[in-house]
Amino acid sequence: MSTRPGTMAAHGGGGSEAAELHEQRALGFWLYLMSDAIIFALLFMTYGIMAGNTDGGPTGKSLFDLSNAAYETALLLVSSMTFGFASLAARDGNRGAVLGWLVLTFVLGAGFVFLEVREFVGMIGAGAGPDRSGFLSAFFTLVGTHGVHVSTGLVWILIMMGQVTVKGLTLPVTSRLFRLGLFWHFLDIAWVGIFSVVYLPGLM
Amino acid sequence: MFGKLTIEALPLYSAIAAGGALVTVGGAALVVLVITWLRAWKYLWTEWLTSVDHKRIGVMYIVLALIMLLRGFVDAIMMRAQQAMALNSGGYLPPEHFDQIFSSHGTIMIFFMAMPFMTGLVNLAMPLQIGTRDVAFPFLNSLSLWLSAAGAGLVMVSLVIGKFSTAGWTGYPPYSGIQYNPGVGVDYWIWALLISGIGSTLSGINFVVTILKRRAPGMTLMRMTPFTWTALVTSVLMIFAFPALTVACGLLALDRLLGMHFFTNDHGGNMMNYVNLFWIWGHPEVYILILPAFGVFSEVVSTFARKRLFGYESLVYATAAIGLLSFTVWLHHFFTMGSSATVNAFFGIMTMIIAVPTGVKVFNWLLTMYRGRISFHPSMLFTIGFIVTFVIGGMTGVLLAMPPADFLLHNTTFLVAHFHNMIIPGVLFGYLAGYMYWFPKAFGFKMNEPWGVRAFWFWIVGFYLAFMPLYVLGFMGMPRRMEQYNDPAWAPWLMAAAAGAFLILIGIACLAMQVLATFRDRRRDADVTGDPYDGRTLEWATASPPPAYNFAILPQVRDREPLLDMKERGVAWQKPAKYEDIEMPKSSAVGVVMGAFAFGLGFAMVWHIWWLAAACGLVMWVTMIVRSSDDDQEYRLSAAEVARIEEARYRALGSRA
Repeated sequence: MSTRPGTMAAHGGGGSEAAELHEQRALGFWLYLMSDAIIFALLFMTYGIMAGNTDGGPTGKSLFDLSNAAYETALLLVSSMTFGFASLAARDGNRGAVLGWLVLTFVLGAGFVFLEVREFVGMIGAGAGPDRSGFLSAFFTLVGTHGVHVSTGLVWILIMMGQVTVKGLTLPVTSRLFRLGLFWHFLDIAWVGIFSVVYLPGLM
Repeated sequence: MFGKLTIEALPLYSAIAAGGALVTVGGAALVVLVITWLRAWKYLWTEWLTSVDHKRIGVMYIVLALIMLLRGFVDAIMMRAQQAMALNSGGYLPPEHFDQIFSSHGTIMIFFMAMPFMTGLVNLAMPLQIGTRDVAFPFLNSLSLWLSAAGAGLVMVSLVIGKFSTAGWTGYPPYSGIQYNPGVGVDYWIWALLISGIGSTLSGINFVVTILKRRAPGMTLMRMTPFTWTALVTSVLMIFAFPALTVACGLLALDRLLGMHFFTNDHGGNMMNYVNLFWIWGHPEVYILILPAFGVFSEVVSTFARKRLFGYESLVYATAAIGLLSFTVWLHHFFTMGSSATVNAFFGIMTMIIAVPTGVKVFNWLLTMYRGRISFHPSMLFTIGFIVTFVIGGMTGVLLAMPPADFLLHNTTFLVAHFHNMIIPGVLFGYLAGYMYWFPKAFGFKMNEPWGVRAFWFWIVGFYLAFMPLYVLGFMGMPRRMEQYNDPAWAPWLMAAAAGAFLILIGIACLAMQVLATFRDRRRDADVTGDPYDGRTLEWATASPPPAYNFAILPQVRDREPLLDMKERGVAWQKPAKYEDIEMPKSSAVGVVMGAFAFGLGFAMVWHIWWLAAACGLVMWVTMIVRSSDDDQEYRLSAAEVARIEEARYRALGSRA
């Protein structure tokens, strides 16, 4: 923990004050992500407890499709990379490139959500919905919570594309873009957890 | 169209329930009438409801807490009256109604009295103590307030429309599941907690960033006031503990709404998982509430003993240690669940260990008072009353920490006595002390002391009379939450407890009288100095009430007690050479609007009115998007305007001298 004095400038130019404001927002967003990480941790824990509670119904082995999960993983990981390129373009002040990479990120993320929804619909159609067993409740809730996060991220990407178009790469816009990036990469990490804790052991 | 909501939802099933509803509706109508009569709506809206000023938000939190304290206390005295007369008879409350009352009492006191009170005090004092102009995210602060108010509103509405939960404030499944509790009560409880819980998480984030990033120049971490330290640790706990409550309530809601099987008896549910999740939040929550009260006691003791706090660093380390350890003791709430002896032993030992840093603090306070010149302000009385009473509660806690003893005392009134023995002196006395201590800072006049002293004596004597008998009853084997009983040996103790509750009622009346007397004498007790107690820390360096920007020139801190240091050097309240423009956040109606729609969302989810839920959710989304795209959220207060405000203050100071 730092013991240096508070960093808020007593007075001073608007520029440094604005920069500090965005530094504070970044720290606040990190703290939000930490609390969100606790939510995921507890959902993982719940899944771990309930993975065997299939109530004589379908198990992960009979339900999960590794290739589907692999496509989802690929889409999300690549979308993280394209978002990284959007961030680099934003640093260089290249508005057109930022928009282009954001569009690509959006398409990849939307593809991920589409695959997930298709998987969910298929399972529910086969009588393996979240009300079938404790295991399936935990599965749908953990994976679905991640999916809701990704969908929220997609809406946020759209908003940021609007802001970049209308306002340009101003300081507030780039700082929001930075926080969206944190969020998007965080969802990647959460997905890697889901792939390793839900899909891989389920199929083994 | 209206989901499960029909005319049957009105509480016409019993005269007492209908009376409660009438009092609620009548009270709300009275408030509306008085505001209209005073023509104060515009003032209230522009100056308070839409304010993003941390001081006003703090005051509004505390007003919310005091209102909910009244409601929670009415529940308490109804329970005490019921148990005092329910020997071999049904008393005056039917079981279903009694169950609602103990559920709402606990829910209200923890979530809608203690939490807002704590958040309010931190909002009021912490930014002033660290010498900043506002919290890091002023708008978020307003949003947190209105989400808490929305949750409180849901609990209040359950008095009038439908029923509240009967599953206790902890809502254990499977009893709180849809199979055994098909009504709306548990849903009211879930949505009130989910909505206000989000507000609490946001508050925690806001406070941590404020404390870490916005301290005045020269204020190192080890120069922060003890109250700010406890606020920091509490805020960290809020960020990390509240998600567990969100998950517990969220999964229970999924069980109830979508027929999932997280906590059901059948289909592979695991109800003990709920109990773990709930207490992973629930135990840190105890410290979330109590640490800021410890902070208040530290400030009060130091101010009214006129001494530097004894062992500041040990107090800081003890606070941090409690913060960490608070995540390692949750299982002691359910030793009887059937864990192995090893697991129980681990949590028992950790529970005993966490008592050690708490004990350290008791010595900090005692040795600060030692050879001090103590003045007995009501805040100081509450502090001394706390120290004595809290030590007793601590010892019964260590007793309960032993699993074999806990097996005998689990779910008896001994436990009820223990946690009230911690929370009433440890939390409520602390908040009341802080409320009386910082009141002059918020309003510019001192609180009436005689009524404060009376309130203290009625509270503390009432507390002992109400809760010591419950220890005895616990040893006699009386379970908690009994609506009626047939053991005549219990009756005298329960009557004594009811008498204690009656004394506390007089204590609450004294608190109300104190407010009235304070406002009556506001001119006589006006404090133009902004420093009514010859204070030592920065909040007393500015005017009372402080200007919107708190400090015209941010203070330079050189010591742990910055104002005392400035006084000793003769530089306190010096006029600066010149003023500069100040950027201030604009007021915003978005917070209060979001709160209103969050209330609507919660209400719609409780009654399964899906179109209303969707509409409220959509409005909230759109509002957030519009707000987050708005880059024009500040205004500039000109140096001339600042100079005008400051000159008026210096004139007032001069006229006194």
